[in-house]
Amino acid sequence: MQWANAIVQGVLIGGLYALFAAGLSLIFGVMRLVNIAHGDLIVLAAYLALVVTATLGLDPLTSLVVVVPAMAVIGYALQRLVLNRTLGDDLLPPLLVTFGLSVIIQNGLLELFSADSRKLQAGAIEVQTMEIVSGIWIGLLPLLQFVVAVAIIGGLQLLFYRSAFGRAFRATSDDPSVAELMGLDTRRVFALAMALSLAVVAIAGVFLAVRANFDPAIGPARLIYGFEAVIIGGLGSLWGTLAGGIILGVAQAIGAQIDPGWQVLAGHLVFLAILAVRPQGLFPKVQ
Amino acid sequence: MADAPRPPLLDVRDLDVFYGDFQALFGVSLRVEPGEVVAVIGANGAGKSTLLKSIAGQLAPRRGEIALVGTPAHRAPAFEMVRRGVALVPEGRRLFSSLSVEENLLIGGQLGRPGPFSLSRVYDLFPVLYERRRQPAPSLSGGQQQMVAIGRALMSNPTLLLCDELSLGLAPIIVRDIYASLPAIVGEGLSLIIVEQDIVQALNTASRVYCLQEGRVALEGEARTLTKAAISAAYFGV
Repeated sequence: MQWANAIVQGVLIGGLYALFAAGLSLIFGVMRLVNIAHGDLIVLAAYLALVVTATLGLDPLTSLVVVVPAMAVIGYALQRLVLNRTLGDDLLPPLLVTFGLSVIIQNGLLELFSADSRKLQAGAIEVQTMEIVSGIWIGLLPLLQFVVAVAIIGGLQLLFYRSAFGRAFRATSDDPSVAELMGLDTRRVFALAMALSLAVVAIAGVFLAVRANFDPAIGPARLIYGFEAVIIGGLGSLWGTLAGGIILGVAQAIGAQIDPGWQVLAGHLVFLAILAVRPQGLFPKVQ
Repeated sequence: MADAPRPPLLDVRDLDVFYGDFQALFGVSLRVEPGEVVAVIGANGAGKSTLLKSIAGQLAPRRGEIALVGTPAHRAPAFEMVRRGVALVPEGRRLFSSLSVEENLLIGGQLGRPGPFSLSRVYDLFPVLYERRRQPAPSLSGGQQQMVAIGRALMSNPTLLLCDELSLGLAPIIVRDIYASLPAIVGEGLSLIIVEQDIVQALNTASRVYCLQEGRVALEGEARTLTKAAISAAYFGV
């Protein structure tokens, strides 16, 4: 029963990892940009939520009303003012610039908030649990996070494959120069994609901050989890990314069950194993 | 007061276009009147595609002017030129490979410019596309893909349609079908510039012809009046 419990908890946290990954794969999919600062932007969103909850007196989940649009605006501006200038035939400039951005965000947060670890308090919902079958208890908050993650992935899937907005994203991803011939300003499309990515990051950041302690230095590890979920699931497939996040979460939970020190290691080992056996991921969309 | 002469639909003057240090066009001038079909012919590398890309806003000319109904347009990027009524059917079709046939057409019309062309009008023009509308674009035959590329450009309801090598890689019988659809398009009041290696096809379709040779206009005239000898002299530079 302990094992079943570990797996259920692993599945639930997998939703959070899928949220880390969704924004990352969206950006890579639309503009072939690998955003090294993605993890730090998640942490930035967490601190933004911290400020909003402290100054406006909102609870963390309500603070999303402010944090999500704010992060979307930051994403739009970041793309228009900085990242669009780095895009071209060479993949290196965006990589270097987002790496620099990662350093800037970490040190900026350190300067403003110190290295103390923080946590958002969501109140009673944090400790509410229910017994789904006898012996397996799940927390209301992890369940809510998982449901929201699935809903967001499903929403992104609909947006990408059923809306004019998503059609513009996919066309730009296929061939930016021909997309311009259709009247699409690809630089604006990229900025909208980054805005959408950071809106998802905002939700991931707030959930992360409610779930566990955070400090300015934890971004890169979230980036790794995001990367791993994307690669396990296969590039270009949103449902694959969800599956990748869940596999990573379950692997970590099983590792922790064997020995608490093995939690992170087990996730990396499963990632390496899948990379070795199926380098294209489990559900690849792009060939 | 005497009427000022109406400016042509497209007026290209003394265009110099470069790829880096390499000059592809030297002082090219070209004019298209409303409702006219103009052909641009020339050997490989003569600058035909470069000329179309410059008109469509994909390449910025270093010198010279492009005017649309009298308004300067040589600094407008491609997405702005579509808004102003210039659509390009690119060489090699360049369909969006992850989009279905219908999605390719819809993205062509995403600006919502008013005009005669809609999804159903394009399906009337190319009925086979209606049958294939749910299929991924790359699963179609070359000729059908060319129809999608033309339909996609028409969906933006252009006043000037630029067609780059419609016959490229297609069987002669398919090329004949594709060209047979052009009169219906011109009948809606569009002007066309067709770039073509197949001189006979170009002369049959267009009213006026420009022949490019190594980036310069070597010959220009009414399609009916040009002699074979003059064309081959301009084409090959002999």
